[in-house]
Order: sequence, then C-alpha cells, then structure tokens
Amino acid sequence: MKEIAVIGIGITKFGELWEKSLRDIAVESAINCLEDAGIDRIDSINIGCMSSGLFVGQEHLASLIADYLGRLDIPSSRIESACASGSLAVRSACMEIATGVSDYALAIGVEKMTDVSMGGATYALATAADQDYEAFHGITFPGLYAMLARAHMERYGTTREQLAQVSVKNHYNGSMNPNAQFPFKITQDTVLNSTMIADPLRLMDCSPVTDGAAAVLLTTVEQAKKLKKHPLVVITGFGSATDSIALSHRKELTELQAVKTSAAKALKMAGKTIDDIDFAEVHDCFTIAEILVLESMGIIGKGKGGPATVDGYTALDGKFPVNPSGGLKSKGHPVGATGVAQIFELVNQLRGNSEKRQIPGVKAGLAQNMGGSGGSSVCHILELK
Amino acid sequence: MVGIIGYGTQIPRYRIKVKEIAKVWGADAEALSKGLNLYEKSVPAPDEDTATLSVGAAKNALARSGIDPKLIGAVYVGSESHPYAVKPTGTIVSEALGICPHVHTADLEFACKAGTEGMFIALHLVKTGVMECALAIGADTSQGAPGDALEYSASAGAAAFLMGTKNIVAELVDTQCYMTDTPDFWRRENAHYPEHGGRFTGKPAYQKHVFGAVEAILEKTGMKPKDFDYLIFHQPNGKFPVQAAKQLGFTEAQYRYGLLTPTLGNTYSGSSPMGLAATLDEAGPDQLILLVSYGSGAGSDAFVFRTTKHLLTNRDLAPRVRKQLNEHLQYLEYGEYAKFRGKILKPE
Amino acid sequence: MNVPRHWRETPERYRMEAAKCRKCGKISFPARLICPECKNKVFDKINLSGKGKLLTYTIIRTAPEGFVDIAPYAVGIVEMKEGVRVMGQITDCDLLSLKTGDKLISRFRRINEEGKTGLIMYAYKFVPDVGI
Repeated sequence: MKEIAVIGIGITKFGELWEKSLRDIAVESAINCLEDAGIDRIDSINIGCMSSGLFVGQEHLASLIADYLGRLDIPSSRIESACASGSLAVRSACMEIATGVSDYALAIGVEKMTDVSMGGATYALATAADQDYEAFHGITFPGLYAMLARAHMERYGTTREQLAQVSVKNHYNGSMNPNAQFPFKITQDTVLNSTMIADPLRLMDCSPVTDGAAAVLLTTVEQAKKLKKHPLVVITGFGSATDSIALSHRKELTELQAVKTSAAKALKMAGKTIDDIDFAEVHDCFTIAEILVLESMGIIGKGKGGPATVDGYTALDGKFPVNPSGGLKSKGHPVGATGVAQIFELVNQLRGNSEKRQIPGVKAGLAQNMGGSGGSSVCHILELK
Repeated sequence: MVGIIGYGTQIPRYRIKVKEIAKVWGADAEALSKGLNLYEKSVPAPDEDTATLSVGAAKNALARSGIDPKLIGAVYVGSESHPYAVKPTGTIVSEALGICPHVHTADLEFACKAGTEGMFIALHLVKTGVMECALAIGADTSQGAPGDALEYSASAGAAAFLMGTKNIVAELVDTQCYMTDTPDFWRRENAHYPEHGGRFTGKPAYQKHVFGAVEAILEKTGMKPKDFDYLIFHQPNGKFPVQAAKQLGFTEAQYRYGLLTPTLGNTYSGSSPMGLAATLDEAGPDQLILLVSYGSGAGSDAFVFRTTKHLLTNRDLAPRVRKQLNEHLQYLEYGEYAKFRGKILKPE
Repeated sequence: MNVPRHWRETPERYRMEAAKCRKCGKISFPARLICPECKNKVFDKINLSGKGKLLTYTIIRTAPEGFVDIAPYAVGIVEMKEGVRVMGQITDCDLLSLKTGDKLISRFRRINEEGKTGLIMYAYKFVPDVGI
C-alpha cells in the first residue's frame, strides 16, 4: 500500500451563496485546490455530497462536476453517507492513491443547501435518519441530538451552560476564519437566550444551513516529496465505521460507537494513540455532538466533556485544541463539504498557515466527520512529516 | 343466548367549558348551561378522529372480554364523522385490532343513532349463528358550526361493544325500532357543518321517536318503567333525556349513571352507547337496562339487556367511563380549540 | 405519493408487530431479515404490549413539514416491556412535566396526512400510562 500525501487544498466561502450554484462552488473549490497544489493533473474525481437531489434536484454529480471541471476522460464518482459524505470521498481518494490506481486523486465535498426553504432543508437533512421509523414520527436532527443531550445531562450532570461553552469556543475560533459563515464571537448568554429548537437544544447550539465546497488533492508521498511547494502533510490513518441508523436501536445513548470505532481504526493504522494527537477537527453539528465525540474518542473521559470545555481544555490555547476552524457551528455546515473542509483545516494548521488561529507547533491532527445521529463516522489522521 | 361480552370506551383528554365558548359569541353562558344542563364538552386532540377513538374503545372492549380478536366475524363502525367520505373506517379499525382479513366490516351513518345501529346488527348476526362474535362501535368527533347552538354540545368519544354467546355480561332481552322520515338535522355532501331545524328537533323529532320506541318495547315485552333498574336515552344535551324520562315515568335513580352529557357533551354516535357503558360500570348482576338511542332523520333503537354475574369480574379489566371522563383533563381556550378543530383559515 | 410506503408498514404501525428471533429470542422492531444478535434468519411474529418507559425525549418546537400545526410536541425513545426500544411521539401529556422513566402506553393515532384531501397516516404514539 502506498503512502498518501495531501498536496493541494481548496475551499469556498461558507454561507448563503445566493449567486452561486452547486456546480459553481464545487468547481471553485477544485480550482483553488489545484492552484494550491501548483499542478494540473487529476486521475480521479471523488465527490462527497449528501443530498443534491433534494437540495437542488440534481443527481449524477459524477458527470456534472467532471464536465464543469473539464475532465471528461477520467473516473468520477459520488459518495454518500449523509453528513460524513465528504470524508468518505477523501477516504475513497486515499484508496485510489494507496492502491496505485490513481497518481493524483481529487476529493471534493459540496452541498448547496439554500435553494430550498427552511422546511425543505429540514426535510432533506432528516433523510439521514430512519425515514420509516424516526422521521415518520416527526423527529428532526436537532431533536435527535436533543435526546442524546438529555441522556448525557441526566447521566453525567452535564449542564446547559457547559453545552453553551462549546458554541462560545467555536465561535471564538471561527471569528478568525475568513471563510466562516458566522465569523463572530458570541457569549454564553447568546446561546442560553436563543430560540428553543428542540429541548434542551437552542438555536445557537445548532450548526447552520450553509452553501459551500472544499477540495483536496492527494498523491503518493513519493510524488509529493518532489513537489516541495508546501511542507509535506501525510494521511497516515483513516478509519470508518457505522452504527444503527435509528437512535432507538443504539445500545448506548451517551456514547457514539461508530465514532469510537472509526477513531480507533484510524489511530491503529497510523500506529498512534490519542495522546500522540495535537488537535482535532470534530463534527460539532450540535454542541452536544462535540462533547459526545470527544468522550467517545477518548480525548476526554466519559462525562467530562462539559467541564473540560468550560476549563478551556479544548480551546485554541488549551491542551487539546478542538475545532480551530470554528467547527460546523461557526464556520458553517454544508453537509457534504464538511468532511473535506475539516481536512482543509488540518492541512493548513500542519503547514502553519492558519494565521490568527494557528496552533503553534502542531505535528499531528485528527479529523472526525459524522453521518446522521452517529450512524456513520469517518476519521483521518494527518501528520506533518 | 346472545349479549354483550365486552365493552369499552375512549374519551379524549381535552375539554372546553360552555362558558368559554359563550364568551366568544356573547351568549349567556349561565342560562345556556342551566337550560341545557350542559357545562363542558370533550374535544378531540388534533391527532384523534373516529378511527383512533374507535380503536381505543375497542381495545378496552377486547381487554374486558379476553377473547382472541380473530374470533370477531364483523366490525361495524357507526359515525357521522368518518375520517374519509369514501374509504372505510372499519378496515382501519379491524387492521389495528388484528382482526383482518376474515371479517365483515361496514361503516354506518344515521346521525346520532349509528352506534346502536351497529349494535343491533351485531347482536342479531351473532344470534342467528352466522358468527361467534361481532364488534359494534359508536364513535364521533362531531362539529357544530361556530356560534351555533350545536357548538356547545358537539363533542368526541367512542364506545365499543363486543357481542357474543359465551361469558355474557349483559344478555339481550329484546329490541324494538321506531323510524320515520323526519328532517330535523342533516349535513349535505361536502358541507363542513350540519344544519338543523332548531326547536323542530324537539317534539316532532327527538320526543316522538324516543317515546315511540319506548312505548313499543314496553308493549312488546310487557314491562313497565319501574321494572327497569337503569335507563339510558340518547343525550344531545342534558335536558332532553331527563325531560323524556320523567314524562315517561322513569326516575333519576334509573338514568343517573348513564347521563354523561352535562360534562361530556354530545358524542353523537357514541352518546347513548357510552351511557350504557357507564351504566354497566355500576350495575349489579341480574339487573334490567333499557337503552334507547335517537338519530336525526329520524329514528330510535330500543334494547333491553339483563346483566349477568360475569359483569362483576369483567369490568375491572379496562378503565371505567367516569374515570376517563373525570381524570387527567386539559382545558382549552377557544383559540386552542379552534386550532384543534381546524376552524382557523390557513393558506394551503 | 406515500400510499404504498405507508401501507407496507401497516402491521408495525397499526399494531406494533415485531419479529422474535427463533434462535436467540431477540426482538426486532421493525422486523428484520437477519437477527442483529445471532444472524439467524427465522423469526416469529409477536405484537408488542405497547407498555414501556421513557428513556429520553425532546420537545420539537421547530417542526418539519407536515408537523408544523401540532408543534410543540414531544418525541422520545421508549423502552418497551419486551426490551425493544421504539421512537415515537408522546402526547396527551403536559410537555413540561414529562420525565425520563415515565411509564407510557401506546395509542393508535394520526401521525400525518398527505394534505387535507390525501391519505391519513395512522400509527402508534405514546401517552402516560395512567389507567384511562
């Protein structure tokens, strides 16, 4: 198996991009990525997108994106695992490189979510839940995570204030990210006084509806070493796992099994333990999700996620910075793009290019991207070599 | 021998007071309540309808009888508020109860008499030996037009009776019907609310048919009013049945258990059947019950039942009517009631 | 058009029909073709009792299409007496006094409809088990 390097990264502005279509942002991120890499060669296109069919009525992205990228002669495919689609596209690109099928594999994550009404977006997102036995009963994604939040609060005494601090921290980080949808700081009161969406979660516990795309170009470490344009960033581990789609079928409501397994697989592949990792981008689609993810991966002990957040353990200057990009909450959550955007942030941090939000001296980072209410999870370990 | 082997009811949790409705229309609540002996009524939740109330009532009837639902050969749902104009309620109910597919179902409609229509058919089908058991349900979520006199009484509820030949709790003694074509109340196809003849619904309608049925069954059975332990008349309000009972020579002791309307409202097809259920909740063994329904249009079905000793062992297997009527209530303001009942115009 | 899709689930939605693995006894709701516990493929049909207790819940205030008119409403995960867990709405209750651990019982209710002239979709909801 060949070693995999990330040689190019690209992203669009995240937000309500009224003047841009799905194909526009997908191609824009790819152009930025290829410019960053300084080369113009792609052997395969791997597109992560959750629901272009429901959001813009367009399937068959393999052809659409290849066409508008001007690469009609190469393999192109779309990969879907709800909000984890982006990182699965990266994983797919990794496989292309590792197996030697492609020398240069492009992964694009994209979602254009604002062409439908809020009700339409809520409906499209809810298709990541069990349609016949969850969504049928009127549950929403905030609702699913609210049930997890209640279980965690009752079991471990996690407080509303602790949850709010996840959002406060991520907005602080995001205030320094020029690509973020909401690049501003907020206070705990902003969260606690925001509209109740699904008890106990409020509007400011929830990631927004976002348009955006991100892209990464992978090649072998052998090839990458010849390029010398950027510091060498290597994907040393990836892991992917699933859990029951229905929240009611989970054995545990205070742990995300797919997250635990996917992180363990990625770490094992990289030959590392969680203690060897310097920082992480994780899937904070809701404030409780960040806490659950950190505990499930073993970064923080069970039930300690809330207090650790309040104590600044996961802050930009903390012992284990989490979501330096601003996370899904502040940066925005164009669902299919999120997993790729996490890799974008990891690479930028490892290269030392994150400017005001740069974490000094980081050598190894982890990205965790989740599908649905934890029905799927994908992790990547990236290292500066 | 044929009779009731299980009975059950379902009443929504929501209520609205007569004075809350009167406030909106500037009516004299006190005069209304005293005149009609009517104080509050049940309101179905937005997710309740004739099918759901029927299933709830029938489950309680099944629980009391203890029989396998597959033994039921027929399901009759009487209602003037079937959820679909075309598409049976009976199949929904039968499917939910696990009775399908070897069952005869029919949806019946006869204003407030549709419930006892089903009972009449079910009892006689079992009596003829065509089937072992038959289920009859009277259920409604009726609507009175906003501001109309009927708005104060039109309520929601269901009563279900399982008829059979084994372990009977109330044996059928006799039946008698009294029908004429009398247009005192109707709802035309596609009309949302019914229309009625005002005071015409009294003497030539309710009174004539109830009296006609009572007099006929007394003559047929050779019984007198004092022979009955209990009496249930259709109760569109709290006044009509009491007036009729007194004029016919019955006493309060006979009708008091079955009189539910003052705090339940008129559950239409469920009205007199629910009164029968409330009476069975309190009756002793070997007692005589006279049940007389009334449906506009118009007609009355009269039934004489004699309770058995099985009633005492069977009735605690499901909640009693007064418990459903009086416990865990949630009172609505008119605005909430209007929303629940789809009375607020919204864009499609 | 939701008709075939809803109709297909009638046994589960109308009377909570579940599948009990003939080998290990694990109950699956809805029914599966492969037992998640022992991978056996032979099952017996059983009807759930409808009785259970509330494990966790939320109150939906921003509702999806089709549910806007009944918001706010509670949705929870109920652990049935038979051990299997089911998600459903909790109704006929004071939303703010709901507690995890509450005893609930299923009721047959309307869940949704295809507009005012379309199919009415019925299924189970849960209500407090207060003996009425």
